[in-house]
Amino acid sequence: MTKATKTTTKPEKKEPVMNAVETTVEKPIAKTMEKKISKAVVMQGNEAVAKGALAAGCDFFAGYPITPSTEVAEILATELPKVGGTFMQMEDEIASICAIIGASLAGAKSLTATSGPGYSLMQEAIGFAKITETPAVVVNVQRMGPSTGMPTSPGQGDIMQSRWGSHGDAPAIVLYPDSVKEAFQLTIRAFNLAEKYRTLVVLLMDEVLGHMREAVTLPDLSTVRVINRIKPNVPPQWYKHYDENQKYLSPIASYGDGYRFHVTGLTHDDHGFPTNKPNEAAKMMERLDKKIKHNIRDLVQIETVDMEDAKVAVFAAGIMGRASKEAVKMARAEGMQVGLLRPLTIWPFPDDAVKKMLKDVKAVVVPELNQGQLFHELERLVRGRDDGRLVRINRNDGTVITPAEILKKIKEVYND
Amino acid sequence: MTKIPQRKIHDYLRHDKKFPHVWCSGCSNGIVLGAVIRAIDELKLDRNNIVMVSGIGCSSRMPVYVDFDTLHSLHGRAIAFATGIKMYKPGMKVIVITGDGDATAIGGNHFIHAARRNLDLTVILLNNSIYGMTGGQYSPATPHGARATTTPYGNIDPDFDICKLAIGAGATHVARTTAFHALELQKQIKEGIEHVGFSLIEAICACPVIFGKLNKKGDAPSMMRNMRDNSITIAAAEKLPKEQVEGKIIRGTFIKEDRTEYTQAYAELRAKVVAEDGNDD
Repeated sequence: MTKATKTTTKPEKKEPVMNAVETTVEKPIAKTMEKKISKAVVMQGNEAVAKGALAAGCDFFAGYPITPSTEVAEILATELPKVGGTFMQMEDEIASICAIIGASLAGAKSLTATSGPGYSLMQEAIGFAKITETPAVVVNVQRMGPSTGMPTSPGQGDIMQSRWGSHGDAPAIVLYPDSVKEAFQLTIRAFNLAEKYRTLVVLLMDEVLGHMREAVTLPDLSTVRVINRIKPNVPPQWYKHYDENQKYLSPIASYGDGYRFHVTGLTHDDHGFPTNKPNEAAKMMERLDKKIKHNIRDLVQIETVDMEDAKVAVFAAGIMGRASKEAVKMARAEGMQVGLLRPLTIWPFPDDAVKKMLKDVKAVVVPELNQGQLFHELERLVRGRDDGRLVRINRNDGTVITPAEILKKIKEVYND
Repeated sequence: MTKIPQRKIHDYLRHDKKFPHVWCSGCSNGIVLGAVIRAIDELKLDRNNIVMVSGIGCSSRMPVYVDFDTLHSLHGRAIAFATGIKMYKPGMKVIVITGDGDATAIGGNHFIHAARRNLDLTVILLNNSIYGMTGGQYSPATPHGARATTTPYGNIDPDFDICKLAIGAGATHVARTTAFHALELQKQIKEGIEHVGFSLIEAICACPVIFGKLNKKGDAPSMMRNMRDNSITIAAAEKLPKEQVEGKIIRGTFIKEDRTEYTQAYAELRAKVVAEDGNDD
């Protein structure tokens, strides 16, 4: 049996100690609920996203049809009006993301879902949500690219785009599930993080996960932990739209609340008014950066499988993380000491956990459906001569890498 | 029309925060801003219930000066942002401030689709025939033959008739006047805000510093005089032969009709779905 633990990494202290393993075990949302509802339902990943959004309190969706994400829109078109929410099919993806940001400024918990081509169109507005610190969630069910690519085939080409896609230098929060159940959980988490940190959160999915059907047991919705944005409690004349406390989390008023605030994509001061002053610009940029960096422990989520005594590790995300888990199981069955490190949060990157892994193992196998995007991040973190060797498996042909292929690579490096 | 003292206008401005404004001397944008404020004051609207949304450009700098909820969004996307706000809070008055380039070039798609939906937005389009903020490039509203920094040999593009575009797309209230006719503008804006449905008010504006200079239109007063002398009302235009109307700015309300408004249509849909959903149980 493989032992899986989900952990959140500790923040970097003065000396960045490798403390990823001695971390708090976070109970997955669904675990605690399984007793209440025993019935499992068969559901696809996109459906789980829609259900997760509703569970998180999503009440506004604007989107544009695109394979392989369309089911999210179809389900929410049916469900949102039933719960008093709003669904809109817009004229394009740019309009979709602008509408959800607008709705969020008016107080909505808003969502859009798209795939590569639409995600590219959204990049400018994603930057707008970040600079204006407006909560919103974007689901990108990745397909093989570039351009129109292979609309119904998987690819993991958007990992770097989800970090650096929008111009300017703003951090990103990106979550990446590996199963239908986790798609549900991470959709809720995406909303919670968006509300808590006042930013746009991206949920990356794989085409095969979006369309894959599996049996899941969803939690009793009344027990789902939902975070809502902090509302200001000061009189309007004292309100600063970008006020900060020690953790860089600030209250946010909505349009119509009587605060009469200004929002602009221009670099702005604490009140939201445009500024060209270097000190105010620096302050704004620092806040965007620090609200992520100071909360790494809360943001980063990883799963480790059999890493305690592993000599070779596999590092993979999303659907490749799932294939890797199977490969690790097969390797263990053959008596090899192999483990898995899978990031549930890919941005911010789990630096501490990866650094520890690189120290502990002699090699890390990195299977990806691209030319090596996570691999690039691992290369960044290789420091010592004794750090584990990095071995890549890349595929870019619209098919997935199978557990057997990963196992083959594990064996090659294991016996080296 | 009642005269509103200056102090009253100041009352609606963030005058202690964001002034002086960015607009050039002779620019018409301030006249339009005055007309917007007077229209809102006449309607006695609750200023906590107004959102002013703009895109990018000279005219789109307007929201920062007024004491409402304000959003200075992305180039071309004002109407898309406004759609999200209006759909989520249908009770709010959503006023969109945009320019000819912002609304009909980069934002053309959102413009026609919001008009098609008949979403209750009041779109005030300040048409100065040029991209002023970037220094004078031609827009879809730059007249044929005119000079811009990117049409150094004269503009070969035909220009949009923006009001016709809006009518064709399904807008239910469409009007046009000029910055010279400030009181007429104020009346049109007032009617636009009162109208339930997509409302476009095209305000022809003077940009003496860039468009005027490039096209030898004279100084700001002469451009204002040109608006007076070269514009006629719809009624007057109907009486004149076609040749005499050509090249003139036609002022007035082109269309004002009732058609199902989009947030109301969605509210009805929602009520219907909820009722049916209840019956299923």
